[in-house]
Amino acid sequence: MASKAAAENVGKDRTWESLNLFLNKYGIVLILLAMLVAFSLLSEGFFTARNIFNIIRQISFMGLIAIGVTMVILTGGIDLGSGSVLALAAVLATSLAQLPESATLKYAGLSVPIGVPVLVALLIGALTGWVNGALISRFRIPPFIATLGMMTVARGFALIYSNKPLSQLTPEYNFIGQGAIAGVPFPVIVLLVVAVLTHIMLNNTPFGRYIYALGGNEQAARISGVNIDRVKIGVYTLAGLLSGLAGLVVSSRVGSGQPGQGVGIELDAIAAAVIGGTSLSGGIGTIWGTIVGALIIGVLDNGLILLNVDQYWITIVKGTIIVVAVIIDQRKNR
Amino acid sequence: MGEESVLAMEHVSKAFPGVQALSDVHLAVRRGTVHALMGENGAGKSTLMKVLIGMYLPDQGEITFLGRRVKIESTQQALRMGISMIHQELSPEPYMTVAENIFLGREPLGRWGLIDKKKMVADTRALLERLEIDIDPNTVMRTLSVANTQMVEIAKAISYESRLIVMDEPTSAITDREVAHLFRMIRALKAKGVSIIYITHKMDEVFQIADDITVFRDGQHIATVRATDTDRNSLIAMMVGRELTNLFPKEEATIGEVVLSVRNLTRSGLVHGVSFDLHRGEILGLAGLMGAGRTEVIEGVFGIQPIDAGEIYVRGKRARIQAPADAIQHGMALLTEDRKLTGIMGVLSVRDNMMIASLGSYTRGGFLNRRVIDETCGREKSRLELKTPHMDQLIKLLSGGNQQKVLVSRWLLTVPDILILDEPTRGIDVGAKSEIHRLMSKLAQEGKAILMVSSELPEILGMSDRVLVMHEGRVSGEFVRKDATQETILRAATGQRAGVAA
Repeated sequence: MASKAAAENVGKDRTWESLNLFLNKYGIVLILLAMLVAFSLLSEGFFTARNIFNIIRQISFMGLIAIGVTMVILTGGIDLGSGSVLALAAVLATSLAQLPESATLKYAGLSVPIGVPVLVALLIGALTGWVNGALISRFRIPPFIATLGMMTVARGFALIYSNKPLSQLTPEYNFIGQGAIAGVPFPVIVLLVVAVLTHIMLNNTPFGRYIYALGGNEQAARISGVNIDRVKIGVYTLAGLLSGLAGLVVSSRVGSGQPGQGVGIELDAIAAAVIGGTSLSGGIGTIWGTIVGALIIGVLDNGLILLNVDQYWITIVKGTIIVVAVIIDQRKNR
Repeated sequence: MGEESVLAMEHVSKAFPGVQALSDVHLAVRRGTVHALMGENGAGKSTLMKVLIGMYLPDQGEITFLGRRVKIESTQQALRMGISMIHQELSPEPYMTVAENIFLGREPLGRWGLIDKKKMVADTRALLERLEIDIDPNTVMRTLSVANTQMVEIAKAISYESRLIVMDEPTSAITDREVAHLFRMIRALKAKGVSIIYITHKMDEVFQIADDITVFRDGQHIATVRATDTDRNSLIAMMVGRELTNLFPKEEATIGEVVLSVRNLTRSGLVHGVSFDLHRGEILGLAGLMGAGRTEVIEGVFGIQPIDAGEIYVRGKRARIQAPADAIQHGMALLTEDRKLTGIMGVLSVRDNMMIASLGSYTRGGFLNRRVIDETCGREKSRLELKTPHMDQLIKLLSGGNQQKVLVSRWLLTVPDILILDEPTRGIDVGAKSEIHRLMSKLAQEGKAILMVSSELPEILGMSDRVLVMHEGRVSGEFVRKDATQETILRAATGQRAGVAA
């Protein structure tokens, strides 16, 4: 009798456990779906192919940075410099992609293939990331401080390079942010490709598993023979590269490179990662979670604007959601 | 003892998962005396003291303090009642001054509720002068030497004006001169009627300072005697006394050539000129008391911490080991002492934890070969009888014994020749323990060389072909299997010259 009751209890516990597991894993997707349903009911213009693509395109730059910062957070670090690096990459790249008749022309008579600005943006991004990684691993500077420094320094360089917007860009350059292939906006394709590649890298290469191992227990990883410094430098370099890519996409999307672009975007990106289940203590998180987190932020922004909610209220709602997401995360990982 | 008793602890039991740390022990301390607590590592001394000061709640037992039955639930409460403790592990606030440390949590307040720093410094100065400790109250703690830090901790414990002071190995970090100073302070305290519980491994100290001696073993009270009624040898006999059980099945293995040779390994202040050889098929036990420098030797050999001098040879060739990755390259594996701190990656899966050290050999074209990895994990799971629902389970959800098996597996997958095992069975249940011992025996038979650090004498005696004993950072004895006994090892571990260097 007693043992039967006990067995039933165990069964009940199992059910609870699997329900909990399910909610832990997919709860965030359910929230996204609920938001989609709610906004569709509240606003007519919301659930249209056009608006949905619009949302994804809007989050694409932030999403790229969120993927980078997810990797960084997985190692137990943080990257605050991505918005500034985005701006630096944007002004550098656009200065190399201006039409000869542009009013803000930086280099008269210069005409280079589209590959050059693209490469320059990616390289400057990777370089800043490498510097972050080197500071953090070799000089043992906390990631928060190293990347806070980069945030100010990169912004300063962007302003020195051009204190005004660099506009009237070549059609090839404009395609990056404004073009579409088979009806799908190019930035959306870029985001998806990067997400898939990063997902594969994280799950199917030793480097990817080392990233998780670092956040899981850095000392244990080191004793297991993982070259901690190399992994850190690699991760920050990749995150920087993605910030540079985001700089390309965003400047092309708005048709100009501006030294003030991307202010605060790193915080949205960190929020997307955290809402998507990435643990700030490292070792836990997925790229898909981050994409869902970015979509939640995008849907919230877009839906609330369609509902004519005051912009200031939107920031309050966003802030609250981030804090709630972290509270849930803390409870889950106890 | 009756009326002059200050403290009586009776029928105290305390269990932790997998270990009965204390079973039905008692302790009675007389007013104005020094009561020494002795026993091997893990005998239960520190646990009993933590029960006394309210850090642990006992499963059962009664405490009578100053004639009243009390229930102590926090260290603050213990302090208020008049019991203070000097912990073995020093834990000062490094960026505060000496005065701030001594008055932490009970700062004298002046007007408007602000800290009266002048009074705090003056009181500290008076205290230090009274105790003849020559340290400026305004010194920042982290700039003090370890010995001076210890003196400040001692002063702090005394400053509570407690009726009973527990000192857990207070002399582990100080020199003879300071020990003499400490003993003067202790005698002055005794004269004022204060009682001291003094935990130590050092025989000389016991007979210099103790009035009563209580010996613990395996969580049990063995005996309480007057210091004048006993001698070293009978104390050691009481401390080890137990019969060797047959838990440890080290089987015969052919011992071959030297694979690892450590020469004159030195880490400033921690390890002094340690040398040893490790052979194929051999289990070399590294014994010693806590803080003897065993883990520090291993950290140096494995490249976790830099060494200041010394050479390491692997199969006769000089090996330059600057990081664990180098050690692994040379065929070494290290199971660390602290599973949680340096072993498992808690939030990662069993699979990740098992594969981390050997991922590089499971790739195809740069990508992980998931099929082979899954096969390997499955094989390891059945070989080690690992109890986990699936390989995606987070390792932190497994029992200690199963976590340890995953870590053993992690290292065996690197196919090492030299296995360094630091306390391989600490804190795991008896079943998993004997499985790990069986595995070690089998590995030695397969020709692996094993260096095993253990604080459990029966484990050392049962598993080792040869035993190296350390004391204060030096090798203080070496015994082949037939000469190693609990007595000879304990003598060498406590720094007595009785050990015959083999």
